Amino acid sequence: MFAYLVKRVFQAIAVMFVISLIGFAIQDNLGDPLRELVGQSVSEEVRQELRDELGLNDSFVTQYLRFAGNALQGDLGTSYFFKEPALDVILKKLPATMELVFGATIIIIGLSIPVGVYTAIYPNTILSRLVMGISIIGISVPVFLTAILMIFVFSVEYGWFPSYGRGDLVHVFGPWETNFATVDGWMHIMLPSIALASIMLPLFVRLIRAEMMEVLQSEYVKYAKAKGIRPWRIYFVHALKNTLLPVITVGGVQIGTMVAYTILTETVFQWPGMGFMFLEAVNRVDTPLIVAYLIVVGFIFVVTNTIVDLIYGLVNPTVNLARMGA
Amino acid sequence: MSLLSVRDLCVKFAMRDNTVTALNQISFDLAKGERLGIVGESGAGKSITGFALMNLLSRPGFVDSGNILFQGDDIAQMSDAQMRRIRGNRMAMIFQDPMVTLNPVLTIGQQMVETLMAHRKLSKSEAEQIAIVKLREVYIPSPAERLKQYPHELSGGMRQRIIIAIALLLDPQLIIADEPTTALDVTIQADIMELLLELCETNKVGLILITHDLGVVSQMTERTLVMYAGRIIEAGRTREIINDPQHPYTQGLINALPQQTAPGQRLKQIPGNMPSLTAIPSGCPFAPRCEYVQDHCRTDAPETVKYTHVEVACHEVNRLHSDKAEEMTR
Repeated sequence: MFAYLVKRVFQAIAVMFVISLIGFAIQDNLGDPLRELVGQSVSEEVRQELRDELGLNDSFVTQYLRFAGNALQGDLGTSYFFKEPALDVILKKLPATMELVFGATIIIIGLSIPVGVYTAIYPNTILSRLVMGISIIGISVPVFLTAILMIFVFSVEYGWFPSYGRGDLVHVFGPWETNFATVDGWMHIMLPSIALASIMLPLFVRLIRAEMMEVLQSEYVKYAKAKGIRPWRIYFVHALKNTLLPVITVGGVQIGTMVAYTILTETVFQWPGMGFMFLEAVNRVDTPLIVAYLIVVGFIFVVTNTIVDLIYGLVNPTVNLARMGA
Repeated sequence: MSLLSVRDLCVKFAMRDNTVTALNQISFDLAKGERLGIVGESGAGKSITGFALMNLLSRPGFVDSGNILFQGDDIAQMSDAQMRRIRGNRMAMIFQDPMVTLNPVLTIGQQMVETLMAHRKLSKSEAEQIAIVKLREVYIPSPAERLKQYPHELSGGMRQRIIIAIALLLDPQLIIADEPTTALDVTIQADIMELLLELCETNKVGLILITHDLGVVSQMTERTLVMYAGRIIEAGRTREIINDPQHPYTQGLINALPQQTAPGQRLKQIPGNMPSLTAIPSGCPFAPRCEYVQDHCRTDAPETVKYTHVEVACHEVNRLHSDKAEEMTR
């Protein structure tokens, strides 16, 4: 188990190295930092001097090592626009995004398992066919369209939910303020979470349904019936546990992907998270912030996947984590 | 009263625009504690018979007509809830491949305890005690530790022993074993069969053994049904069927055994293949492969007749016998 953990951590470090390399290459090639720093009135000689001073004329490797060294100490550069360390800017926005992703994940888990199981057990009912039809639409419609439609219907037409912002927040600690402590906060997070969940939910319903249908055909399910086990136990203990094994793996990747999808959702709902911030940073050519965002999202991705793989090993008895470390 | 009495059982499969008959007018009886073998080629309907008795036919198969009287109750007419109380309790089944029969994510203990608790009001620790006793009966070493293990930690032979132990958990009257050793190593096959025989004898459990191995049938069972294309074509005491088969198909099966051929000689195969269920010939289904075939065999389905000590479905059984007698005198 420990050996496996160490192995996974090394893999994660390798992935982070590649991400940092890509991030740095972007910083190196996207615009001229001097233009952002000094404006137009400075002469070319002074610019050259400044370049030397800032180390911009050093070789790629030297510059990368400096960048990586700083990054390891938590310094991902300074945002041009906010004039603050880029990591601090992102960490302030991170809780809003993570709460949104958390809300969407709860919706996805809460709905996809019962709906997927139902449509697998009763594939021919009208309800199942309806669900499968809607899920195709859900997969096909892009998230910004879903979001705009939801604002139009539930905020503008009916006025049930607010259409933008986070509403009343309660401070937890550090930069973390939560939506989940007030009614107003709940109302504000509802529409963005549903919109964000709308892309992944149909995918998970279909995935769970397909896996479950396959498992229901297996010999061990037939054997459980032959032992006289009650149907609910066959479905929810014998079949569901086997169904969820492959779903866990896919789920880990998708949670990471969802962090990326927050860019669209947050922009439509003016949600003050790091996705919204990223789009603004792109508009302002705030290169250090863009790079820092890439690295932070990459880091979240790597961490969730590592955790999910460990969970998979713990849930699936046929995976021997001790042996996999060797 | 017999333990099990099957009368004119017909099983059909619903296809897109017609139905296919998989079992045609199957009738047989099983006395309490009796062991019955069902033999035949692949696709003869042996396994379907087994699953029909458990009311576990998977779609599109269904019981079309006939009765399955088990201890006086008709299984073919039972609701799912009634049937659930019988399965695993009064009637247990042993599946073919132990590598895929046990659930990979549940421990042996969970899979045994749940079976007991599905039928009896027991606490978990009481159920575990019964499970340990049954594991000991099938000669599993250190049974208490096995309960905590997952199926993948055990060998195929060990898993099949556990499946036999699960079958015995609730002291059933009948065990249906569907090719219980086909998927196992040859060296373990004999052990498992011996164990099954011993347990059936000591516990007075009825056994229906589905197999294509005539050798196994002759060692294990008292009576035998020979199936062909969804019909019973010969039925009787195992010893008599093995020593003096009446139906040309049964004769062919026995002649095809390697022991019947001198070393170095080609095995005596039955020519041709069993017809597919969608194209069963009218008349006797075995007619196209039969060396004694007559014109009326191709048009009229043979009745099952009692001949000497067996029941056999063949028009020509009398002539066959007189031929044989002639051969003997010559």
